[in-house]
Amino acid sequence: MAKESNLKNMALVLTLVCLFCSAVLGGAYALTKKPIDAAAAEKTAKAVGAVLPEFDETSYESVEALGKTYNYYKAVKGDETVGYAVESTTSGFGGNLSLMVGITADGVVYNTTVLSHSETPGLGAKCSTDEHFMAQWKGLNPSEKILKVKQDNGDIDAITASTITSRAYTLAVANALAVVAALNKEEKSNE
Amino acid sequence: MEYFLIIISAIFVNNIVLAQFLGICPFLGVSNKLSTATGMSGAVCFVITLSTLVTWLINHYLLEPFQLEFLQTIAFILVIAALVQMVEIILKKISPSLYQALGIFLPLITTNCAVLGVAINVVTKQFTFGGEPHMLNLAESLVYAFATSLGYGLAMVIFAGIREHLALNDVPKSFKGVPIALVTVGILAMAFMGFSGMVK
Amino acid sequence: MSNRMKLISGGLVKNNPTFVLLLGMCPTLATTTSAINGLSMGLATLFVLVLSNMAISAIAPAVPDKVHIPVYIVVIATFVTLLQLLMQAFTPAIYETLGLFIPLIVVNCIVLGRAEAFASKNGVLDSACDGIGVGLGFTLSLTVLGLVREILGAGSIFGWSFLGGRDGMLAFVLAPGAFICLGYLMVLFNKLFNKEK
Repeated sequence: MAKESNLKNMALVLTLVCLFCSAVLGGAYALTKKPIDAAAAEKTAKAVGAVLPEFDETSYESVEALGKTYNYYKAVKGDETVGYAVESTTSGFGGNLSLMVGITADGVVYNTTVLSHSETPGLGAKCSTDEHFMAQWKGLNPSEKILKVKQDNGDIDAITASTITSRAYTLAVANALAVVAALNKEEKSNE
Repeated sequence: MEYFLIIISAIFVNNIVLAQFLGICPFLGVSNKLSTATGMSGAVCFVITLSTLVTWLINHYLLEPFQLEFLQTIAFILVIAALVQMVEIILKKISPSLYQALGIFLPLITTNCAVLGVAINVVTKQFTFGGEPHMLNLAESLVYAFATSLGYGLAMVIFAGIREHLALNDVPKSFKGVPIALVTVGILAMAFMGFSGMVK
Repeated sequence: MSNRMKLISGGLVKNNPTFVLLLGMCPTLATTTSAINGLSMGLATLFVLVLSNMAISAIAPAVPDKVHIPVYIVVIATFVTLLQLLMQAFTPAIYETLGLFIPLIVVNCIVLGRAEAFASKNGVLDSACDGIGVGLGFTLSLTVLGLVREILGAGSIFGWSFLGGRDGMLAFVLAPGAFICLGYLMVLFNKLFNKEK
């Protein structure tokens, strides 16, 4: 059955096994790298497509705003800028809440979608399924509404029993709007 | 201030056993008596902190520069296994009394998912702790690992205390042993949920 | 043939890893927030269990006794990483949901336990059957636990809601419900299958 151990065969077997395993994994990594990247790209493309009106192509850019770096996709149709899809992360109840916020060129929210969250299942996690909560972001004009939850004297309906998550979501949208406002200002001064 | 938040969060809010479900096997296995529970907690505390230090360094200076992050799992588990073995040998030599106290628990720790779990979490997850989301630096990682293991110890000691009393009670036959223990942990977890949301 | 069938069915009830052997508790509790999640975690473990059992039974005779644990761990970790890469590539959504608990299959005592107790002493095919049996037992327990928690906690079955959008008893989806449900399921399992005890 099992061989007797001496230093030579122990070292030999361990080295061989490790070498073989890392070789297998290296190969597997090389083979799966493409599909993994493709899956990630598809996920973001889907998110951008969901939060912006029709566009021809996007460019991935980043900007310094509100004291940190924001990444965003600038969507163009023909020569015109359709809007921006901003990746906005705030801290929710259970951890980070990452959103993709689509904002059209005139500064109105087109739609939002959750990229990743670690909110409580059945409570805060509803931020990505609750229809009423999600619908209120569509076409939201920041000049008409106060971007705070009703508990904080704002205009946003929070998810029942998940005020902290709703606050984080609202803040993420507000941050994204501020980023786009800054972008628009910059563009105007460049003209 | 941030270190304080990390500590509170890791011990109470995101307690490793009761909220993150890590290290359950030894948690159920050795919590029959208060004395073994403290012994195990001590050993876990020691190994988690040490292995987080080593795996953080390996990840930062070896895996990341060469883009070998996909080898994380295999590298970390080897490091942890080797580390546990080394700690065992060193303890035996320099502090026989400590070895007496922790020795029997050490081999069990390699397969304690809390150790690997914390090591992986620390290098892959972004944490917030009141500020902006960010990856933990070395000092924060160590504080987080240490505090997490304290949380492990806390849950373990509380549970062992309850279980010592439980053993004296008349429990229905089918519930004897692990089932009643699980239900008890459930109630304990409910108590710890009271902390949730305290530190974001 | 019937012997191999016995190996497979043994893992389902008599040596059920979750309810009888009490192994692999962490993923059992953490990933069973819904039936689908439990099922995916079970299948992921099944994948690693079968392949590592086969590989280990093949190399076991050549491995010196003193280093057999590190060698087994390396082999298991390799299959786990392979699984991680495959899941990231082809089922990224499930990979994200199960998160940390995929790499943690490495330290799932079921896998190392079967390698040590069965695969190292038996042939490749028998070990594969043992892996399938124990893996299916694990998958079954996780799916049942996930199903019970989903029904009680979210009011749905495999994602199909029967409460018409209303909430279930949320506590069952959260941490306390995991422990309590598993406790009661264990009692039920004991009552049904271990009458003589």
